Amino acid sequence: MKEELFVSGRNIPNIDPYLNIWHWQIPIYLFLGGLAAGILFLAGVYTILGKEKQMQATVKWAPFIVPFALIIGLFMLFLDLKHKLYFWQLYTTIRLESPMGWGAWVLMIMTPISIIWSASYIREVFPNWDWKFKFLKTFELWVIKNRYYIAWPMAIYAVILGIYTGILLSAFNARPLWNTTILGPLFLVSGMSTGAACIILMSKNHEERKLIGRLDLLFISVELFFIVHMIMGFLAGSEVQIQAANLFLGGQFTAPFFVFVIALGLLLPALLETLELIGYKVPIVIPAILVLLGGLIFRFIMVEAGQITRYLY
Amino acid sequence: MRYAMAIDTRKCVGCSDCVVACQTENNVPIGFCRDWVTETVDGTYPNVSIELRSERCNHCDNSPCVRCCPTGASHIEDGGIVLVTPHKCIGCGACIQACPYEARYSHPDGYVDKCTFCIHRVRKGEDPACVAVCPTKCMYFGDLEDPNSEIVNVLKNRKFKALAPEAGTKPQIFYLT
Repeated sequence: MKEELFVSGRNIPNIDPYLNIWHWQIPIYLFLGGLAAGILFLAGVYTILGKEKQMQATVKWAPFIVPFALIIGLFMLFLDLKHKLYFWQLYTTIRLESPMGWGAWVLMIMTPISIIWSASYIREVFPNWDWKFKFLKTFELWVIKNRYYIAWPMAIYAVILGIYTGILLSAFNARPLWNTTILGPLFLVSGMSTGAACIILMSKNHEERKLIGRLDLLFISVELFFIVHMIMGFLAGSEVQIQAANLFLGGQFTAPFFVFVIALGLLLPALLETLELIGYKVPIVIPAILVLLGGLIFRFIMVEAGQITRYLY
Repeated sequence: MRYAMAIDTRKCVGCSDCVVACQTENNVPIGFCRDWVTETVDGTYPNVSIELRSERCNHCDNSPCVRCCPTGASHIEDGGIVLVTPHKCIGCGACIQACPYEARYSHPDGYVDKCTFCIHRVRKGEDPACVAVCPTKCMYFGDLEDPNSEIVNVLKNRKFKALAPEAGTKPQIFYLT
């Protein structure tokens, strides 16, 4: 028997039983970041492929959500800060070693790109829109002419943003559940999947929905593979990682993880999308909403569970 | 210069004087602490062994908290002491997540706070408050690069361990076993 007891000031409510410093803001921030990355990546790729006409929702309408998602996401990050008045120092320092630091910079670059992208399409939504100033009109013309060249960095930055949402967690060696390199690609592909779901919800074109639905099916499959891969990696790892995996395999997060993330968030939408591909009539809204909710809950569970895992000594 | 601490787990009686001394010396807000004592019981009665450890920030050589700080508020001072500059800290909590020893906490004023090795006392040539107050004299504070210091001597002659060395942080608090 080995038992550890705290005998002094450490058994106090503000610190013990474990340091839970990140609350609901961080999972929402990660979710919105992933969603934005997914939408912008697909918008960029289909612009590069020259399919703006066939993929209207992907290239034009869904990106309108992105500036809002990113600004709300940054606001969530701001809400998470405990020393709020000093937040501006995030942008007076460049520290490449700090994922929090370069992530804030990536968002700072992504937000204006997404605003410019959406603004260049605003006259297709509101034909009578007037930019008031001449330089804005000239700028709009320039953006419309150079969309192809904006799409490239946008798609690349979207991948960086999506991976960043995972690396923000995986960079912490002290939290064994997060400390796996697969978390970056996992969060990226999960973000792509939520982005695709969002496009499906906004699209009115049957062909587009079908194509994005197929892509979503691919993302879901890869995501499931990465999750299995992650858990296998933990089980083959050190004691702290085995304990981290056990949070999902019999531990306190087993039920929410398997019910909300695996079953309702991945398997059921995958099944419904497959049924639709075979030819059954399935309201595509259902898998899309399930994917979005599953993605959100997945991030809540990962952030919450990760903060429980720790080194043993 | 490389400041470090050696703590004799065989002399420590777990009185928590170090905790109280630190809280008083550094005005640690009520409900928080920068150091704490753990008691690990091994075995079943009557065959038990107990290890008492006064724990705090390990002032790691390879500090993950300093690496992940987005503003540079967490930094390494002369002598390897890891410090937080309150007016640079935005309170993002990354360093709290990064620390395998859970040595950091969010101060009610917003910034992150932790053990400073009582740098204000060390600069005057005094020992940190916890070391100075220990009734069993189980703690040794000093410069690892000074061959004549008491800590170098004690680490030469005793068996010791560090906490979670597998975390790769190169901790600088040594526990004499």
